[in-house]
Amino acid sequence: MEFDVVELPDADHPEVGDTAPDFTRPLVNEEFWEDRSLSSLTAEGPVLLVAHPMDGAFPATYVWNEIDDRGWADDVDVVGLSISTPYEHASLLDERADGARLFADPGAGVAEQYGIEHDLDGMAGITEHRPAMFLLDGDRTVEYAWVASEWPEFPEYDAVEAAIESL
Amino acid sequence: MSDEPPITLYRLQACPFCERVVRKLDEYGLDYRSRFVEPMHSDRNVVKRISGKRSVPAIVDENTGLTMSESGNIVEYLEKTYGGEA
Repeated sequence: MEFDVVELPDADHPEVGDTAPDFTRPLVNEEFWEDRSLSSLTAEGPVLLVAHPMDGAFPATYVWNEIDDRGWADDVDVVGLSISTPYEHASLLDERADGARLFADPGAGVAEQYGIEHDLDGMAGITEHRPAMFLLDGDRTVEYAWVASEWPEFPEYDAVEAAIESL
Repeated sequence: MSDEPPITLYRLQACPFCERVVRKLDEYGLDYRSRFVEPMHSDRNVVKRISGKRSVPAIVDENTGLTMSESGNIVEYLEKTYGGEA
């Protein structure tokens, strides 16, 4: 059966070699959340920034299940990003995203900074992050970037994994 | 860049006892970072670990090496430590 995949407009996102924009948002771990800057994370080592649809949407669930299966959090600092609130992120961390932390960006301001906004059809007033992955080194230089160009579309996991391995 | 404030406040959103401590910190112009925990006591292992209790507010003050909970105690401590002659 054929099904319709929606083409998303071109994203003007950070590319390999660019410096990823810095931002500060509440960062949720299994125990608490506090304001953290992306640069304070990269200062401690490479970061895989995983932007995804709101917690509870199936693409968010699938992406985290896959990341868990591949055990990326053992190899790199895996950090999620969605419009969900810290409370929702805490629930997600109870279920999956083992070893990861999640940025809460309910106003989607970071989505705008990264050029990965997605205005949701049929959910008035809600803009979220389109699925995207950015592998950043200690200076926030983009080592690998992938941004969905269709909706829904899933990351090229093998390519991300190769990029993590070549850090 | 990652100059971490010496005072960490463990707090619960909308908790009046926590706000009382925040007012005092602000009054003395003290730099602090906020760590928010969840309403369920059972979800507050981090607070238990640092203070021995699951109640908030709790503060860790690296200036003095002190950790304490209960807003009344904290306010009194802040007044004594940072209140000056006022």
